[in-house]
Amino acid sequence: MSSAGQARLPARFAVSAARRRRDLLARGLILTATVIALVPLALILYYLLRKGLGAWSTSFFSTDPTGNTFFKTSSIGGIKSAILGTIEMVGLAAAMAIPLGTGVAVWLIEYGRDSWFAHAVRYFVDVLTGVPSIVFGLFIYIVLVVGTGSSYGAYKGSFALALLMLPVVTRSAEVILQLIPSGLRESALALGAPRWRVISRVVLPTALPGLITGVLLAIARAAGETAPLLFTAGETLKTNYGLGEFMNALPVQIYRDVTSPTTAVVDRAWGTALTLVAMILLLNLMARLISRRSHVA
Amino acid sequence: MSGGPALLARSPLARLPDRALKLALTGLAALILALIVYFFVRLVGEAHPAFAHEGVFGFAFNNNWNVSAGRFGALPLLLGTLITSGLALLFGVPIAVATALYAAELAPLRIRSALAVLVELLAAVPSVVYGLWGIFFLAPKLQGSEQWIANRLSFVPFIGGGAVTIPNYFIGGLILAIMILPIVSAISREVIATVPSDHREAALGLGATRWEMIRIAVLPYCRAGIVGAAMLGLGRAIGETIAVTIVIGDAPQLGSHLFGQGYSLAAVIANEFGEAQGLHRSALFAAGLVLFVLTLLVNAVARVLVSRASRGRAEPTPAGVSAGGPQTLSGAAA
Repeated sequence: MSSAGQARLPARFAVSAARRRRDLLARGLILTATVIALVPLALILYYLLRKGLGAWSTSFFSTDPTGNTFFKTSSIGGIKSAILGTIEMVGLAAAMAIPLGTGVAVWLIEYGRDSWFAHAVRYFVDVLTGVPSIVFGLFIYIVLVVGTGSSYGAYKGSFALALLMLPVVTRSAEVILQLIPSGLRESALALGAPRWRVISRVVLPTALPGLITGVLLAIARAAGETAPLLFTAGETLKTNYGLGEFMNALPVQIYRDVTSPTTAVVDRAWGTALTLVAMILLLNLMARLISRRSHVA
Repeated sequence: MSGGPALLARSPLARLPDRALKLALTGLAALILALIVYFFVRLVGEAHPAFAHEGVFGFAFNNNWNVSAGRFGALPLLLGTLITSGLALLFGVPIAVATALYAAELAPLRIRSALAVLVELLAAVPSVVYGLWGIFFLAPKLQGSEQWIANRLSFVPFIGGGAVTIPNYFIGGLILAIMILPIVSAISREVIATVPSDHREAALGLGATRWEMIRIAVLPYCRAGIVGAAMLGLGRAIGETIAVTIVIGDAPQLGSHLFGQGYSLAAVIANEFGEAQGLHRSALFAAGLVLFVLTLLVNAVARVLVSRASRGRAEPTPAGVSAGGPQTLSGAAA
């Protein structure tokens, strides 16, 4: 322990060599650990770029992955169906999760506040945050596949993704809405505006940049999820547009290609992974830029 | 504020949109509750045949997962989940906390936010990409060193001996450690930020070095919060599916050693659900239920710890920095 208590003379203030050594050692270890934490990130990005860019070509984005993988032909196909499927399913999921999640957040802040019911809702939203993504897949499978007696379908995948996005949207929206000064609300109310106008004309527009940030992060998270889609959206290689049909997705395509013994297919997995990560990083970047312009946070 | 002048009161018709909005939003909130309860009940229902067949304890603790023989004891899967998550905590938490300490206490001010962004980028990488990278880069690169460790520690049961396979528990744990790093680090940083600067200044004012300040003023204050952050990471690790499925192999028996193939609860669902029928399918639902309950418990404990810590509670800090002396000193100086 430090001998600071005995300090009487200026000379005694000097930190002993042993303590200085220990300080240097500890700080060195902390710095080393921080560097170690960044190594995987660098390695992953490096390998994604190195292997992924090699797989990219125009036909990579414009053909379906339906080519023959048993012979080492170059025509194993690209990932068109996966890109379109991800965009369509995540888009539909966002269309469901954004109004629902934001609505719940508005209720929590504007109406629920500190009631027991609001606490229960907050707790359950937290519960949803912690549910493993594969369990969301099971939920939707039980309700929409077993429940309807039908097979897999794209909209079922969207429901699973929407469940996953819901708590992310709600939590981030709640944080942003909480930051809105109550003076804004009160002035609008004092001017005679009804509650719904205060919410729609004052609260939500003020919070908009922050809300969009949360939504973009939720979309980014849903776009990378494989597990909830495995037994909800079905497995197909073709490009389908119908929401009731099986639909391919980028993460599912990677998951399928990882297990292949064919080098060309594994290369396609790297190319797909680079595409997916690029999309997600772009969404993250947009989220950051927008949040910087936020009025409240 | 009831009983305002009747002049200012709105007509019932004008109040309608307000009532409708409130009702609709309350309905949405109630829907969330109803949805979760409904899902849980249905999941229990689907898992019931498997529990009835094996018994609840038999399902969780029988070391016998044999699909063709119709036996579903999920112990090897449960242990696989616990082994990989345990390794994830072992490797991930110290690194994550150190990163948080560096970003919050030691790093030059200019690079602090950049550092936080970089660590959070790890969270943006999808699970399946971790799996891809783990199986084609990490596992082959580490196989030699793993074998070396296994040979050196051959006297330790479960760690030593045996041939190292490319997919194994250890790689699973390592990948999970990387995956939980961003959340553990972010929450630790948040908790560290709640340490009153009085405490830091008091420690430094008494002549503590930077590390001594961290040890006596920062760490004791946020111990509960850091444990909570680690628990949140544990919850993530337990539920993580695809990355683990890819790098753990698919051995339905309990692996003989740390560097051999195994299985986890989430991985078995991802792998076998597609072609499962009848009792097998029910057993996979049961595995999902166990996973659900496990993450629920871990997350509940974590939430309590983190929220108590970040609310800046008035619990006495153990290392003698809090009560009495330093605080009043710095208070007087301020």
